[in-house]
Formats: sequence, C-alpha cells, structure tokens
Amino acid sequence: MKVVVFSTCVVDLFFPNVGAAMVEVLERFGCETAMPKKQICCGQPTFNSGYVADSQKTMRNEVDALLSVDADYIVGPSGSCVNMLHEFRMHLADDPEYGPKAEQLASKSYEFTQFLYRVLHVIDAGAELDAKATFHRSCHMTRLLGERVAPFVLLDHVKGLQMIPLPHIENCCGFGGLFSVKEPEISKLMVNEKVDDVVSTGADILIGADQTCLMNIGGRFSRRNLPIKVMHIAEVLNSNVDMSRVRYANEEELAAMAGGRD
Amino acid sequence: MGLETSKDPFLTRVKQSEKDTFMQKSVAKAQDAQWDKREAARKELGHWQDWRNLGEQIRQHVIKYLPDYLEEFADNVEKRGGHVYFAKKDTDAVNYITNLAKEKHVQRVVKSKSMVTTEIDLDKALLKIPGMNLMETDLAEFILQEDDWDEPTHIVFPTLHKNRDQIREVFQKLGYEGDNDPTHMARFAREYLRRDFLQADMGITGCNFAIADSGLINLVTNEGNADLTMAIPKTQVVVMGMERLVPSLKEAEVLDNMLSRSAVGQKLTSYCSFSGEQVAGESDGPEDLHVVILDNGRSNALGTPFESVLQCIRCGACLNVCPIYRHIGGHGYGSIYPGPIGAVLSPVLDGYEKFGDLPFASSLCGACTETCPVKIPLHRLLIKHREVMMDKLKTDKAFNKAIMKGIGMGTGDPALFQMAMEFDHSATLPFVSKKPTSVENLYNHEGHITHAPSMAKGWTDVRDAPRPPKHTENFRRWYKDHEAQKGETTDGE
Repeated sequence: MKVVVFSTCVVDLFFPNVGAAMVEVLERFGCETAMPKKQICCGQPTFNSGYVADSQKTMRNEVDALLSVDADYIVGPSGSCVNMLHEFRMHLADDPEYGPKAEQLASKSYEFTQFLYRVLHVIDAGAELDAKATFHRSCHMTRLLGERVAPFVLLDHVKGLQMIPLPHIENCCGFGGLFSVKEPEISKLMVNEKVDDVVSTGADILIGADQTCLMNIGGRFSRRNLPIKVMHIAEVLNSNVDMSRVRYANEEELAAMAGGRD
Repeated sequence: MGLETSKDPFLTRVKQSEKDTFMQKSVAKAQDAQWDKREAARKELGHWQDWRNLGEQIRQHVIKYLPDYLEEFADNVEKRGGHVYFAKKDTDAVNYITNLAKEKHVQRVVKSKSMVTTEIDLDKALLKIPGMNLMETDLAEFILQEDDWDEPTHIVFPTLHKNRDQIREVFQKLGYEGDNDPTHMARFAREYLRRDFLQADMGITGCNFAIADSGLINLVTNEGNADLTMAIPKTQVVVMGMERLVPSLKEAEVLDNMLSRSAVGQKLTSYCSFSGEQVAGESDGPEDLHVVILDNGRSNALGTPFESVLQCIRCGACLNVCPIYRHIGGHGYGSIYPGPIGAVLSPVLDGYEKFGDLPFASSLCGACTETCPVKIPLHRLLIKHREVMMDKLKTDKAFNKAIMKGIGMGTGDPALFQMAMEFDHSATLPFVSKKPTSVENLYNHEGHITHAPSMAKGWTDVRDAPRPPKHTENFRRWYKDHEAQKGETTDGE
C-alpha cells in the first residue's frame, strides 16, 4: 500500500518530531511512504482570512503536488488541514481542470488516526506510555471532517496510558489559524479557559491530533509557567511499540466503524 | 437602541467584556446547562439530522418563493379584516406604528418580546408621544426596561448578564420588598404587569412564524405574556421580519418543535398560539390588527451568497455553543443580534462600516454550523464576509495586506517555501529566549520565542511560540535521510 505523506506547513516549519513519528507508524503498518517535495500548505491561512483569490495558487499547487505520486492514499497529521483538502472540492468546483482533481484528492485523503482506524482497521497500535493524559479534540477534525472516534479508540488501547476526560471538550482552544494572531484579546480568553480545564484533569500529558492547537495551548501553558508535556497522537502511538500487542478490529468493531465518518 | 447597541470600537467592547467576569461566568454556566438540555431534547425527538434537513428545506423553500408567500399571507390577513403594511426601512415601520397610536389616541401599550421592535428602536419613538405609557411584558425585557433600558445580551435570554441580586435591586425601585428568590420576584412582576395588560389599548408583539395560507400569527413563549398582549388590547400591532413565513400550519408545527428544542431544550414552550384579528364567534383577540412586515436590509441577502442567513428561526442555539460569545457576551458584539448569527446577519442588514469587525471575531470552529437547526452554514458565511471585505472591498490595512500577500506567495510557490524553511531558524535568533520553559516537547530547537515582531506579535502577546528547527534538522531533511537509510538497507539485502 502506497501512502503519500501530506506533511502540512506547520510540521514542515516547526515540528519534525511529529512528521517523523507519523511516518514511522505508517511504515510499521506496512505502508510504503512518499513525500512529494513541491507540497506546501492547504491554503487555510489566506483562505480563512478572506484572501480567497490569493489562495488559488496555493490550493492548486497542493493538489498537483499531492497527486504527483501515484499512491493509494494521502495521509496527514492534522484533521484541520486534511479537511481543507476535502473542501477543495467546494473551493475548486468551478474549475474544469482542478474540479475533478480535487474530487480525486479528497477521495483518498485521510487524517492520520482516521487512516489507521478506518483504513488499516488498527485498534491497538502496540504502543506503551506510562502516563496520565488528556486529549484535546480539535474542532475541524470533529465537526468538519466528522472524525469523532478514531483517536479515542487508539488512545484507549495504549498500554499504561490513563486517559482523563477533558471538561468542555466541545469548546475551541482559541487557535483558529490567524484568528489567534489577529484577535489575540479574544483568543487569550479562550485559551486560558482551555489551559484551566487541562490543569483540572491533573494530566501530565496533553495529547492532540492537530499540532497547531497544541502549539496554542502549550504556548499558553509556557507563558503561564504551568507544567505540561504536549504530544501529537502520532508520537504517542510511536512510543515503546511492541508489535505483538498490535490488534486489528474484529467483526463487531468493524461494524461499529461503518458510518462513523459522517 | 436600534441594531447597533454601542458606538465603542470593537476592541474596547472586548476589553469591557474581559473585565466583566460575572457575565463570563453566567454565560459559561448557561451554555453548559443548555448544552445538556438541548442535546437531550433533540435526542428525545430522534433522527435529528433528518429533522434538520426538513427544517432547511422548509426555510429554503420559503425564501425562494418569498414574494409569493408574502402576497398570500397579506391577502389572508386582509380577508380576516386586518391590515398589512410593508416597511422598507426601520423608520417606515416606526412612523406607521406611531401614527397609528396617535390616530387612535393610544395611551397604554403592552409589548411582548420582539427582537424586531428593538431593531427598529420602536419603544423610544412611542414614548415620545405625550402621556404614553409603555410596558415590556416579557419578564427579562421588563427587567431591562426598568433598569433604564439596559441592552439585551442574548436573543432568547436577554438578561443573561444579570444575577438575582441585581434584578432584586431593579424591582426594589418598583416597590418590591421581598428576597432574591426568583419565584417571589416573578410573582411580583406578574402582579405588577397584570394591571398593564388589563388597561392596555394597544398590544405589540413580534412573530415567530406567519402562516401564509391562513394569515395567522404563531407565537411561542414560556410566560404567556404574548398571548395576553394579543388577546386583551383592542388594537394589535405585529411586527415581523419579511422572511418569517411558513406556507401552512404543517410547516409551523415542524419548526416550532425544532425551535423549542434548540432554543430552550423543551419539547414545546409552555404557550404556543396561532391568532389573528377577532372574527365572528370569537370571544377575544384584537378588533383592529395591523401587521408590519419589515425589510430593513433583509432583502440585501436575497440572491447573494448570504441568502441562507434568512433561514434563521432565531433559536439562539449558535450563541449557546459559541466559544467567542462565551467570553465576550452579547454586549461584546455591539449588535442586538450577537453571536455567530449576529456576526453574519448584522453586516448584511447594515453594512461593514458598522459591523465589519464581527466576521473576524470567530475562530471558525464550526460549532454554530453544527448546531443550527435549519443548517445555515454560519462559519462559511463568516469566511464569505471576510472574502467580500478583503478581496472585493479591499478594506484591510496596507500592512496586513502585504503580509497576507506574502503568505499567499510563500504557500503557493515551492521555491519560496523552501527558502522559508531554510532561513527561519537563524532569522528568529533576535526574538529567542533560552530560558527554561514549563512545557515539554514543544520547544525542541534551542529556545522559544517570547516577543515576535510584526503580525506574529499577536501570537506572542498571549503565548510563547516555537522556534523553527535548523534546516538540517527539519522534517524534510529527516525524511530525506530516512529515505536514504531505507535505500541503503534495501541495497544491502
């Protein structure tokens, strides 16, 4: 199975640890990976700010780059960015050349945990992490991509990991892309409540499936001088792996999976 | 008051909200409680997504055939003996109603809660009539009126920002001597208001839905005050937005059901009435009914990407899930329509000059879009507003524009992005702090950034930023080395 690595600009610019962990997990499960060099960014920074015209080149470049390798799947470490790839169908619909390409792109693009769970049917990735942790559920992954289950199932099966539910899990952390930069006053109120909620769980580790949210929440933790370790879920699933623990979905779990990606 | 509730700049209002910790706590508490009630009420109904599809279809259908339904509704109101007035602007509606009050020598008006009459600032105009006595009879609106016309902060819960002690103080001015128990205070208000109902010579209500094929007005309340306002005074004025129609009782039944569950987490509100001008054989109801149908900017949305905002049934669920509203409250928005729906609707009604900040006051988390019972794509409409302002009207500051152009170029051109990846580790040196941080595994590249320049300042005003890795240590380089290693292994086999 050939998988194109959709690296995302934030991972490319700041977080090699996240990209590396994702690639190692994917390869461990038998995927042959490829990373098209010309890929850059899904275009959300400009598109969501209203610079829709200026985003056209970015979106088309991403389509061409990610489709430049003939692969079965495209997998990225961000629910938000992967959702944007799906939304290209809407944003490029009127383009006779890129409209069909966008359809093709969307049909094989998956967020990392979604791919593990829904395509590879992994339930237990074989990881072990002796810690108390909580999970921040990112908005675009949950509401727009519609993935509400995969990360929770995978985390529930990490050996030694105690997961504490995060209060107000439904509320945004205040990142919102350039919202965090353009409206820092409001963003601060939001991220403060999120930090307080994380602190209230007593967790040592904050896990997420979107590194940008973690960059926001963790950045506020740092500014408030509160201790926390942040980990992208790919790093968690890449911790102390013992392949003998790996388990795939049984029939009952496969049935539960169907329809979960709304 | 009108649509605009404050002349202060947006940032000033946000700062005021930040200081109002009481308001923030009340809103958060109400949101959390509503989250449980609303979801339970929807779950109990079952097949919620199918109901949403149906609700959307009904509203889309009405908007598409709006002129036809308006005509049908108006004809049916007139057939029953009522009058219909189409008001293009807020002032047209206000003039019509004040003239009517003068002609009829009205001295006592009772009103039931109506966002539209607040939008057109009707109360103030009526109170200019000499000798006029006007009473808001919705409990929350009554409190606001008696508190020197304080602004509502929520379209369903107007006094969300007040606690029972503050309300007691308001009532004490009216002669209340009891404690702060809500039941006691509500009883006081009930007795106080009853006099006004019995003496009123004009009633003014809003309208939840106007039934086209019968000319009836559908009102849903939990206090029964709208029904008394409708039943007792001889002259009745209904003020409604021009989009507030449904074809028949069948569709009203669907939407009332969804409205009650979405707005307050109830199966149905305590009172749900369908009424019109008193006809032969009826014992109550107005002898003279006037329906004022208001445009006031709503037609700006027709035929544009914003048309779906007219689907709104004013349930307020989007306010109740919004993390921005949670922190800045209704007053932060500076519009009587706050929250996500207000951020979309206010600029449509009255332009970007007054309300251009609102579409940016969103992290685009999509909670509003997800909860909307009639499937208005609210967060997408916020992006659409941004697009109109940035791409078409070019309202952005030149400096931001240049930066965004830069980001657009950098994310659209692989060679430029490559340069960014190679240069930025060393370029950030002047802003880097190497002091230890309390956060593990976020700042793995020789320090973190505490004070960034230019647009990134907004980030570091609130939180620390990661420092980019050296280009020899970034992900692309890691992958290249990883590939080479794999290659060697393969070659070796």
